[in-house]
Amino acid sequence: MYMKDFSSEVSSVDTRLSRRSFLRAGVAAGGGLLISINAPMFRAAAADASAANFAPSAFIRIDKTGHVTAVIPQVEIGQGVYTSMPMLIAEELEVEPSQILVEHAPPDDKLYANPKLGFQATGGSTSIAAFYEPFRQAGAVARAMLIAAAAETWGVDASGCRAENGTVIHDASNRSLTYGDLAAKAAALPVPDKVALKDPKDFRIIGRSLKRRDSVDKTTGRTQYSIDFIIPGMKIAVAQASPIIGGKLVGMDERAALTVSAVRKVVRFDDTVAVIADHTGAARKGLAALNPKWEGGAATYSTADLVGDLDKAIAGNAVVATNEGDVKNAVSIAAKTLEARYEAPLLAHATMEPMTCAARITADGCDIWVGTQVIARVQSAVAAVTGFPAEKVRVHNFLMGGAFGRRLETDYAVQAAMIARQVDFPVKVIWTREEDFRHDAFRPHYVDKLSAGPDANGIPTAFSHRVAASSVMARWAPAWFVNGLDPDAVDGAAGPYKFRNQLIEYSRSEPRAGMMTGWWRGVGVTHNSFTVESFVDEMAAAAGKDPVDFRRLLLAQSPRAKAVLDLAAEKAGWGTPMPAGRGRGISVILLFGTYVAQVAEVSVDARGDVRLDRVVCAVDCGRVVNPDGAKAQIEGGIIFGASAALYNAIDIEKGRIVQTNFDTYRVMRIDEAPTIEVYFVDSDQPPTGTGEPGTAAIAGAIGNAVSAAIGKRLRKLPVGRGAINASESRQPYQRL
Amino acid sequence: MAYDLNVNGEQRSVDVDGDTPLLWVIRDVLGMTGTKYGCGIAQCGACTVHIDGEPARSCQTPVESVGRSAITTIEAIHNTPSGLKAQKAWQDLDVVQCGYCQSGQIMSAAALLSEKPNPTDADIDAAMSGNICRCGTYVRIRDAIKYAAKLDGNAKQGG
Ligand code: FES
Ligand code: FES
Repeated sequence: MYMKDFSSEVSSVDTRLSRRSFLRAGVAAGGGLLISINAPMFRAAAADASAANFAPSAFIRIDKTGHVTAVIPQVEIGQGVYTSMPMLIAEELEVEPSQILVEHAPPDDKLYANPKLGFQATGGSTSIAAFYEPFRQAGAVARAMLIAAAAETWGVDASGCRAENGTVIHDASNRSLTYGDLAAKAAALPVPDKVALKDPKDFRIIGRSLKRRDSVDKTTGRTQYSIDFIIPGMKIAVAQASPIIGGKLVGMDERAALTVSAVRKVVRFDDTVAVIADHTGAARKGLAALNPKWEGGAATYSTADLVGDLDKAIAGNAVVATNEGDVKNAVSIAAKTLEARYEAPLLAHATMEPMTCAARITADGCDIWVGTQVIARVQSAVAAVTGFPAEKVRVHNFLMGGAFGRRLETDYAVQAAMIARQVDFPVKVIWTREEDFRHDAFRPHYVDKLSAGPDANGIPTAFSHRVAASSVMARWAPAWFVNGLDPDAVDGAAGPYKFRNQLIEYSRSEPRAGMMTGWWRGVGVTHNSFTVESFVDEMAAAAGKDPVDFRRLLLAQSPRAKAVLDLAAEKAGWGTPMPAGRGRGISVILLFGTYVAQVAEVSVDARGDVRLDRVVCAVDCGRVVNPDGAKAQIEGGIIFGASAALYNAIDIEKGRIVQTNFDTYRVMRIDEAPTIEVYFVDSDQPPTGTGEPGTAAIAGAIGNAVSAAIGKRLRKLPVGRGAINASESRQPYQRL
Repeated sequence: MAYDLNVNGEQRSVDVDGDTPLLWVIRDVLGMTGTKYGCGIAQCGACTVHIDGEPARSCQTPVESVGRSAITTIEAIHNTPSGLKAQKAWQDLDVVQCGYCQSGQIMSAAALLSEKPNPTDADIDAAMSGNICRCGTYVRIRDAIKYAAKLDGNAKQGG
């Protein structure tokens, strides 16, 4: 998800706000201390974060038994926020992180807006970045109030008291009281104006690896995802929307479906059918018997048409994103000009848990059981189709079997609500894997044109990059799509580099109606890293320079980017010789404030099939809150991105999505996974995200490694299958 | 039709069509949701169970083919020494992310460990390449299997 441009605004806002204006204390329901946190949002909301407009985005509750609960707006999608967020509070509150229970906030865009996004969402690698200050402040304020309550109880000076492990201690008199004893009294005290935060050198929790709290449930099958949710009377629906893009339902054999045992009902819409049964097996069998027929839509549409449209768009008009210096003039006086066209395909998310949503509609409202990254959006979208006011739509969020940006959409929840409206029992709509592929919100297909005008030493004085793609922003957050520019499509379009003369442009071209493009882990930078980092290697080759040396020259003014470059190169043994058939490639990116450099090592066989042997990754994400958790995010991000860079493309033929399951959409498996080394730069900068940068950097490193191995520049993703002879390339997994 | 199944050591009777995949019987009819659906075509391993100790993809196992064989699911795999070791190793090394694939991963790993108590990298590749993890936890899965191989049989599960 996109947020980069706003992060600088946020930090400037942070410093303007007094501590007090975003914290409040009061009495919790049932007694005890409640700290409300109004983390400043960007733009208008930030300016409004005054006492009069206090709208907390998170809460910390300390009850009379001493239990600490954090109510947070973020949701766990595997990234470990339920483990890392409590660390921030625990550090200042002086409790163990394991003593803090985490509750996911109910839907409310106003109350639980993500401070870096302005509405309630988990995305953009924002969770830790947004709450690093506010949660520590809140923990510190609560601690100070508990100490004050103890001092008052004992009639001693607060300065003689200290907090430790959920207890306030007065050493001189050897007395102590627990937070539970003190919570009610503390709630009645004024909020202190100034509370000093710990010096980071005294951190005992932040920076220390902490075990995930969801491990036991997730290794014993006890975790409940939305696909597992069941209540008495609930039936299962298997839905199918038109497999032809934009097509309509024209026929079906309802009687055949209803003769399948345990099938209860068939529900139809213009472009969707659903078979409802006692269990998924019967619903699937019923759908096969139903044999729905589809017509119309973009029945002749193919990938070639989509690319043709993009090529037309890129040759036509473009919107200028950045224009610095005088690119045209710089090119005309350059020693020679480099030009290249790059291309990156549509991609699927293919979360392990396919889209699923359960719904129940009764006279008094609607219940939605779903795994979503945008709970408040689900609420309003369902309210819109059911006609209920938002407060009558109760959205119950679940842990998710992967999200990767797919669950920033509300389509599957809206569909479930529409199906539920036709029946008088609760219904759980499960998408088949095929449905999940066909109706994904695909990562956009990109076509790029780049040119560079190097001086006599090969150092580019001019750089231009025009990106053609559909606009996710225009559909998903129209307010951020200004003057025809999609800021995400061009994010990272000049890499982490700064050229004296640079021109970045965007040309929009949408696919046929009935198809949707959406956010995909690493967002715009994922594609730009491949394009720009490959092209930088082309410039280095033209200048006769080593790719790492060449980047050092370009990054002379960017110490953080240069530091990750140096670290990755050193750890990877950059420059040591590689045997024939093997290659090494580098990439450097900046995404959501995090700098990443990666070195990929590959082997390429005679057919051009690529094996990714090793990835060395250097990361500067500011201060690392939970090192092992951050490392896991980077590791997983690399595998996710590598899978796409090596193997993945969604193709369209005759208006249909070609790849509809893992037999044709080859994803990386354990026997293909590289060894991964992750190194963090020691930093005392505020933390930034790790969920997406690992993914975004890898395509550039792999592209460069493969091109180095085969001695030929590859300018189109994916690069892993049959770069030399596709017809003989290895087939996807075929065991069992 | 009615079928008598032996699931995790208990006799369970279900009334479904004989071609119903075991996966949906376990999940929807018996209400044991630890076993997951990921692809339905034996490509992802999320639905892995043990049938008489052998790993099987329940999405491609018709219920009528099971007979009196002993079915073991993730809910009971801790009763086997290799299952318990795998779970302990997964917890100690913090393997999981979203966790959705991990029931299947552990079922495959448990079968591997009981057949080959000290698996090589090649053994791990062969036994585990049928299990997809979209969160990309493969590095830790490999480490956890090797770690599990070193645990003694009395490993206790955390939590
Ligand atoms: S659901 Fe059975 S292997 Fe994927
Ligand atoms: S942990 Fe998410 S798919 Fe494996």
